[in-house]
Amino acid sequence: MLPFFGFLAVFLIVPTVTVIIGAFQDGETGGFTMGNIEALGSSAAIDTLRKSLLLSGSTALLGGVLGAVLAYLIVSLGPRSILRRTTLSIAGVLAQFGGVTLAFAWISLLGFSGLLTVVLRDGIGFDIYGTGWLYGLKGLIVVYTYFQVPLMVIVFTPALEGLRPQLKEAAVNLGATNFQYWRMVGIPLLTPAFLGSVLLLFANAFAAYATAAILVSQGNPIVPLLIRSALTSEVLLGQQNLGFALATEMIVVVAIVMGLYALLLRRTSRWLR
Amino acid sequence: MRHGAGFRVVRAVLLGLFALYFFLPLISMANFSVQGKGPLEGEITFHYYAELVRNEDLRSAIVSSLLLAAFTVLLMVVLLVPTMIWVRLRTPGLSRTVEFLCLLPLTVPPLVIVVGITNVYTWVNYLLGDSPQVLVFAYVVLVLPYSYRSIDSALSAIDVTTLAEAARSLGAGWTTVITRIVMPNIVSGVLGAAFIAIALVLGEYVFASLLHYDTMPVALAAIYKSETSTAIAGAFASIVLISLLLLGLSFFNRSKAPDVGGQKA
Repeated sequence: MLPFFGFLAVFLIVPTVTVIIGAFQDGETGGFTMGNIEALGSSAAIDTLRKSLLLSGSTALLGGVLGAVLAYLIVSLGPRSILRRTTLSIAGVLAQFGGVTLAFAWISLLGFSGLLTVVLRDGIGFDIYGTGWLYGLKGLIVVYTYFQVPLMVIVFTPALEGLRPQLKEAAVNLGATNFQYWRMVGIPLLTPAFLGSVLLLFANAFAAYATAAILVSQGNPIVPLLIRSALTSEVLLGQQNLGFALATEMIVVVAIVMGLYALLLRRTSRWLR
Repeated sequence: MRHGAGFRVVRAVLLGLFALYFFLPLISMANFSVQGKGPLEGEITFHYYAELVRNEDLRSAIVSSLLLAAFTVLLMVVLLVPTMIWVRLRTPGLSRTVEFLCLLPLTVPPLVIVVGITNVYTWVNYLLGDSPQVLVFAYVVLVLPYSYRSIDSALSAIDVTTLAEAARSLGAGWTTVITRIVMPNIVSGVLGAAFIAIALVLGEYVFASLLHYDTMPVALAAIYKSETSTAIAGAFASIVLISLLLLGLSFFNRSKAPDVGGQKA
């Protein structure tokens, strides 16, 4: 009991508090300052935040829609289907797939001498590599979607399973067409669960670091990479505290998203089993 | 639910497209790792897999990662299992707090923890030395939410209070209750927690790279520019291992639930 709380205090609470306090500290004197927080308002930092939000938002929506479709297809296979169990297990694996391995997988597919790049180049003369978009923000969107879709499948499938067949039967009995059922019953019921899942995906992408750290070679298009450069930079003193401020910015964004998620979760459970 | 033939065709096509999207990067990685380059041009070879063991830096990094996985599981079990049993038996009022703390690492991005943990690690290094194995502390925090869920569901499935009271009335001490009565009954949950912990530790890059420890992912990333094929072979080998662990986990969890119809996803 005590070792548990002690351990978490040292390795989870202390680091988080260090970050938040450090964000308001002057790197050299250790005194209170708003300088680090003000530095977050610089055009470079704002631009990075904007790109980070764009990346998280677009992959959350893309992964959300594709994942919801895939989840529906899987659920429609019926509860005893072996294919359904297998796909759900694979989704569980792929949602954890990230970091170094994922970056390598996409480089081996779409990199300069990647499988698809070579096949398209030699086969139909189409240049998919271009100017190396894989190593920038566009590449990150493609690569992140790869783990967002299976995550969506995992978090959204329970909601789809909770959609009672009786609702559909009742709607059909009252003369509804398939389209009317989805537009007036199915989709409204699933909307909170869908939005909640998308928020979870957003936080997931926003916090991801490893894949981007491997993939992106030039510049720091997203917040986690800017934090890395603030931590490892030896050019400017006091950069570490800018890192703290950026990390605090991440905590704030993720906390807002997860707060909204908790609110939505409360609404979701009302109609679904 | 009954579906028409049209829907079945569309479903098959779409599932096929999804499968293609998900398996293509994996296939190309496997393909890349066995294609000979340079002097081995044009050959299919397992040379780069052998290189993983032959290269000394890489070998020691792989050993570090495997050891770290083992230590993480050990520390996680020692910290978490007695605490969770104790909370259920003696201090149910604290269960919300423990749950909140265990799930907290899902909300605080790992990168943020790394940024703040440098001071803590200065002390850790001072007390325990500078081997990669000290990462075990950070990794236990990282795997906590997943381990907690696995063990919690196993504990919910048994009647801990009755078991403990029966054992106590027969004269067992608290240590005996925890290690010899409750533990054997939640072994599936603990194994599940161990599997996911190993899978996460073997792929972890954020902590290891920013705190400058050479684990397998860090070593692979370091040689990627010069020895691409070896790096990709290592990455493919690790994803195969991790997938087997996680697939094993999901089949494991299933065998506990006899009826598919009433199962949660």
